[in-house]
Amino acid sequence: MITYIVRRVLYGVLILAGVNLATFFLFFTVNTPDDMARMNIGGKRVTQELIQKWKVERGYDKPLYWNDFRPGTEQMTDTIFWERSVSLFTLKFGRADSESAGDIGHEVATRMWVSIQLALPIFLLQVIASTAFALLLVMFRNTRLDLLGVVLCVLMLSISSLFYIIVGQYMFSRVLRLVPISGYAGGLDVLRFLVLPVMLSALARLGTESRLYRAMFLEEIGKDYVRTARAKGLSETVVMFRHVLRNALIPIITSAGGYLPYVFLGSLVFESFFGIPGLGAYVIEAISKQDFAIVRTMVFVGSLLAITSYILIDIAYTWADPRVRLG
Amino acid sequence: MPKFVLLWTDVSIWLLALALVAYGLYVRRQPNLSATWRKVFGDAPALASCVVLAACLLLTLADSVHFRSLLPSAAGTQPGVAAYDARVQSLLDAALRSVVQSRESTYSRPLAYVGFTKESIEVGGQVRRMAPRLAHGGSHLTDPETQWLPDVWRRAATGVALGVAAALALCALLIALLGRAEGSGWRNAAGEVWHGETAIPWRIACLTLVGIFAIGGVVAALMTRYHVFGTDVTGNDVLYQTLKSIRTAFVIGTLATLATLPLAVVLGIMAGYLKGWVDEVIQYLYTMLSSIPNILLIAACVLMVQVFLDKHPEMFETGVERADVKLFLLCAVLGLTGWAGLCRLLRGETLKLRELEFVQAANAFGVSHGRIMVRHIFPNVAHLMLIVTVLEFSALILYEAVLSYVGVGVDPSMNSFGGMINFARNEMSRDPVVWWPFAAAFAFMVALVLAANLFADGVRDAFDPRARAFRPRVVRSKLA
Repeated sequence: MITYIVRRVLYGVLILAGVNLATFFLFFTVNTPDDMARMNIGGKRVTQELIQKWKVERGYDKPLYWNDFRPGTEQMTDTIFWERSVSLFTLKFGRADSESAGDIGHEVATRMWVSIQLALPIFLLQVIASTAFALLLVMFRNTRLDLLGVVLCVLMLSISSLFYIIVGQYMFSRVLRLVPISGYAGGLDVLRFLVLPVMLSALARLGTESRLYRAMFLEEIGKDYVRTARAKGLSETVVMFRHVLRNALIPIITSAGGYLPYVFLGSLVFESFFGIPGLGAYVIEAISKQDFAIVRTMVFVGSLLAITSYILIDIAYTWADPRVRLG
Repeated sequence: MPKFVLLWTDVSIWLLALALVAYGLYVRRQPNLSATWRKVFGDAPALASCVVLAACLLLTLADSVHFRSLLPSAAGTQPGVAAYDARVQSLLDAALRSVVQSRESTYSRPLAYVGFTKESIEVGGQVRRMAPRLAHGGSHLTDPETQWLPDVWRRAATGVALGVAAALALCALLIALLGRAEGSGWRNAAGEVWHGETAIPWRIACLTLVGIFAIGGVVAALMTRYHVFGTDVTGNDVLYQTLKSIRTAFVIGTLATLATLPLAVVLGIMAGYLKGWVDEVIQYLYTMLSSIPNILLIAACVLMVQVFLDKHPEMFETGVERADVKLFLLCAVLGLTGWAGLCRLLRGETLKLRELEFVQAANAFGVSHGRIMVRHIFPNVAHLMLIVTVLEFSALILYEAVLSYVGVGVDPSMNSFGGMINFARNEMSRDPVVWWPFAAAFAFMVALVLAANLFADGVRDAFDPRARAFRPRVVRSKLA
């Protein structure tokens, strides 16, 4: 088990290195810092001096990979690659590209907690609600209720999550005035701001998830051990909850786990729509301001979280299914 | 003679349509494949949604022929030198010219004859606050208060009648063809279709056709004199925008999925078949790709594309061409970043297949690895490719809206559902609420995505033997 985890972590580091190299290549070689400066300053007044000033301020005036003018190890370390790519591994993110934005590391650290506050309830509610709905459909399989439920699922998954947000905001904030339209506050007040995005986010994915879970449950139900359990005279409830649910957990973990990285990054759109200052909103701000440093950093943070969550999923497997031995 | 403009996406869409026809001909010659496809069309929801998708495809094709019209030679210009309009139009634009040109000043409600906002207007020497008459919508009415309702009803009724008549004519043609194919005469064929006794539920197809034509008829009849879905903030017709958005959605849905295929198929089969270090490298690549949250990766790539386009403004003659290249590159980016899932699936399937007897036999006969992959492995994983492609189509249409919201989607000058929803966000918070652009985008988008989903379900059920069991079935004769 320990060796397996160590191996997975090492592979993860390798992947991260690859991600880093690829983004660096994309952001500094395909398009040079000069291009980015021009884009960022914008307008027609772009002069060579302005570009140079912009680059010096952000440390982009150094050579990309190798600095010939420095002694010793500084040949390696006094380059853009070292300062902007390798240093990410020590979680030093540097400053953002645009004028107003400050230190990325500080922003990420504060916004992360906000994102978790939103994302963890979303994740839990989603898994619970979808599993419950799918179980309900499976209980009533081969009836009209099941058919109706599946039709509803298909309809729901055909609706863009943006529609849920806009209609939900309109209904609950403007017409019924139950919750504020958008915003964020500390302390217990935060509940008023989070309840609507959490509910809507779970609702938006209910169709997709529960249809998937329903298929998983049905696959389990067709198996021999379920027939044995019924033959033993166990009640349908016991069969469903003690046997089928337990065994269908593994595919559910995979499916839900794939969603885990987004949990930390925050549901991008939800955060920005509801004005919640989390990581997702940060990304969207960065994109609209064309702040490449933030986008680059978030790519790194995002893949770091994804790799972590994949390892967590594998560990969760052993918990859900004792037959799985990692090693 | 107008000057035709070949846009990247136009060419791709038309090539795609040709490929679709070629595939259809190929399927006809393959008994196995055509049996499976018959199973797809035997599924009523899949057939109905196929009709809807076909209608959207026709619209897309009409919107994919672009040209710059010839300007009438003005005085002072040299004869013989043709001057072309700076605007690039499509066939659809030309067909809807009256709608495009009937621009109002700002918002107006669906089918309205007065504006949405009140203005100070001088009436008989007095200044009064009232909603002004629209420049185009309902401008033919002399006394709108009494004439408006009967006029709308009359036009709608005519539209329905004409639409249904046209649909029935098409159905009659279909029945005649069916009768000829079966050799049973059209009377018999009509009876079978009417009673729903055909193997492929043509009755459903006919009903869908009638539905589409009836709605289309109403809209077309009202469109000439009113703004059926109202106008947006700059006074542009909302219906026109939604129709244009269908093309954007279609292009993204098809081209982006197709762009994933080459990498996914080649790498997936190679990884599964060759194993060893090739497998390791390919696994590393797709794990890397899938570990980056998709939206961030796309955002990063699109930002880079944007920098590139800004650096080379001289490459494009018109704004439409620029927007189109951006759309094309967006599809390419979606393709290059989205192949990991399918690749993993194909690798797994190939790993299973390569141990089977027919591959071993081919190996024993000395068939080369490349040939085995092309001739023996590929045809056996093609169904997975097809299933994933149709499933992805609807997902990408939904994704486009999110990407446009984030700001890395299509060009803001191009009509798209994402752009419309983006505007709708502010419009829904106005008072009184401006709901019609949102409602129009919602209706069209849900119709398109729902059709795509239902069709994808039908395809999956027919091509994937495992999926069949999980369809909801109502067992009627439980006691019997």
